[in-house]
Amino acid sequence: MSENTLFIALADDDEEDRLLFKKAMENLKVNTELSIFNNGQELMDHLNSPNNRLPELIFLDLNMPVKNGMECLKEIRGDTVFSDISIAIYSTSSSEQDIDETFINGANVYINKPNTFGKLKEAIAKVIEMNWQYHTSRLAKENFLLRI
Amino acid sequence: MNIYVKFDVDAICKRVLEKQLDNFGLEYTLSGTGEVRLMDKLSKDKEQELADALGNVGIYIVDDTKVKLAHQIKETIIHMIYTDKEAHRYKTSTYLAGKLNYSYTHLSNIFSQNTLISIENFIILTKIDYAKKLIVEDKLSFSEIAHKLNYSSSSYLSAQFKKTTGMTPSNFQRLVKKRKERRIDSVKATV
Repeated sequence: MSENTLFIALADDDEEDRLLFKKAMENLKVNTELSIFNNGQELMDHLNSPNNRLPELIFLDLNMPVKNGMECLKEIRGDTVFSDISIAIYSTSSSEQDIDETFINGANVYINKPNTFGKLKEAIAKVIEMNWQYHTSRLAKENFLLRI
Repeated sequence: MNIYVKFDVDAICKRVLEKQLDNFGLEYTLSGTGEVRLMDKLSKDKEQELADALGNVGIYIVDDTKVKLAHQIKETIIHMIYTDKEAHRYKTSTYLAGKLNYSYTHLSNIFSQNTLISIENFIILTKIDYAKKLIVEDKLSFSEIAHKLNYSSSSYLSAQFKKTTGMTPSNFQRLVKKRKERRIDSVKATV
């Protein structure tokens, strides 16, 4: 039932990456339901639609055409309706400054995209499991910052 | 004529639950995971009345002792870390087994089955969560925080902090500060 399922959204413009992500989320301890979006605009349209169920956790690729991860992040954090949603940004290569910027703009998690599938699986599991703990306990979500 | 509807099931269930609780004149908060925190304790009769009223609208009170025990373990851990000044004298396993009257093995099993995390890791998360609050509050020095949380040294707290969050305590503090400043700036910009 929905009390024990974490609703997750993923926005990534690369088809292969989307598939990898989906695969990495199999066999987790936490039950998840994943919605996948091909770019930032699709994600924002979905979030802003009045009747759609909001995800509890969003994974955002930093580099996407049209609307990139940073723009989505700022838009999401600019609206109090979404303040309970955890946001995890990932990227293959970012400067320390860019990484700082993601946290400063309200991301909860930054993932330096690992180069093996095993490590990707580990990273995603850590984010989801930790988010689950925040979701089910009285831990202070506003201080949920994680860097992988 | 026809109209077509879509259901936001979560919102509907929440409203229905709130209405029932309000009808009983209860003070409460709802967590997102089916937990209702009542401000006052209910008598057995009142609890049964509430269960019946909720049952009538399709909401069922979970009477699962394992779920309850897992919650109790969490509460005891929070008490151990935040409130109980003497707790650090005892091994965690001894403390919890003593407080809850079950063997630590039993508590461990129930806890991890229910929460998907071990007691040890939940304790670490809770301590680091507390450390973060104190760091953000900025009233205590880092070594005072380590001492308050009963770490044997501030470097041990640092190491556990970094392992849990992927960043150093000072980096965490810097980012939270900058985030606050950025929010204030953006509010000012819209005024």
